[in-house]
Amino acid sequence: MSIKYYAKISGTGMYVPDKILTNSDLEKIVDTSDEWIKTRTGMSERHLAADDQAASDLAYEATLKAIKAAHIRSKDIDMIIVATISGDHPFPSTACILQQKLGLKDFPAFDVSAGCTGWIYAANIAKQYIENGVAKNILIVGVEILTKITNWKDRGTCVLFGDGAGATIISRAEEKDISRFIDSELSADGTHYDLLIQNAGGSRMPATKETVKENLHTVYMEGNKIFKNAVRSMYSACDIVLKRNHLDVHSIDWLITHQANLRIIQALGKKMKIDEKKVIINIEKYANTSSATIPMALDEAIRNKKIRHGDIVLMASFGAGLTSGSLLIRI
Amino acid sequence: MDIKTKVTNLIVEELGVEIGEVTLEASFIEDLGADSLDTVELIMKFEEEFDIDIADDDAEGLTTVGKAIEYLEKQLS
Repeated sequence: MSIKYYAKISGTGMYVPDKILTNSDLEKIVDTSDEWIKTRTGMSERHLAADDQAASDLAYEATLKAIKAAHIRSKDIDMIIVATISGDHPFPSTACILQQKLGLKDFPAFDVSAGCTGWIYAANIAKQYIENGVAKNILIVGVEILTKITNWKDRGTCVLFGDGAGATIISRAEEKDISRFIDSELSADGTHYDLLIQNAGGSRMPATKETVKENLHTVYMEGNKIFKNAVRSMYSACDIVLKRNHLDVHSIDWLITHQANLRIIQALGKKMKIDEKKVIINIEKYANTSSATIPMALDEAIRNKKIRHGDIVLMASFGAGLTSGSLLIRI
Repeated sequence: MDIKTKVTNLIVEELGVEIGEVTLEASFIEDLGADSLDTVELIMKFEEEFDIDIADDDAEGLTTVGKAIEYLEKQLS
């Protein structure tokens, strides 16, 4: 496909609910300890959505900030893609609900289900709609409220998740802009679809009293098996885009990976032989917010003036599916 | 370097233990202080060092230094 235009990130925003759950709070809920959680995950606390907050509410707050940062009006948005596995309802899409909240209509709005890689998938799709000239300002949001589908009796998983939203405006770049998407790579390996799954509630296992009783509507994960796959698939996704663009780890300014576990991020960093000062980590404050981790970390690093205009940022993620992907951009 | 020496060196490096502690009977978790993620990382190191794939089901059985060495020697023979 010939590229008519280049895409760029023109604005970012994030939102996390007010309520904070610390590791010590978790000690009162399940048999765990602050030390256990910290050594195995790098997490200290996470934010929890209120009972009356759904995914679109978090997405809306993050979107307002992203619109402001992009210096556009909400009516300039001509497509919405929401990456989520914990949307307001099984259907319709959370993107349509967000569109309604923004008072917008008459353009495409849809959700992407790629687990924690969701935002990278959404960014890759947005990139193509900008490059082929169909859209000019696409709102993409990674948003999750996993704490509402968490099994609070499973100490192996309930400590891992937090709620949050990261919104990003992807716009058509001007000819003179140095900011632009450089490259992106997506992949999936469906042979491991059952390692990370919400078993019930779909057509395979519709909701019954038993499915609720047996906690089958909550996140099921085989963490140890995913660990290896996560490190390898993110390494491969990064390696592909770097090689394709004749770059190496020395040419990138920042690496933002999905914040699922500090140990995974460290193992990947070691394998890539990247300077650890270039690796952006905020997992201690937010835990794993699934599709929201990368856009939240990106927004925070831009607002803290860590990432600056012109910096080259490599992002990588993996998630349920098992999906994986990378994105290389100049901010 | 033989497989046993290579494996011992990797364990010392990865788990930060003394070489004398790495006996054939030593359990990674019980004796060498590894947690469940350390064992996964160790398996990944073996895979890279010896250029082989260790299936998850096989990996679960490699609980001691001796079992790991025996498994790798069998795979590489």
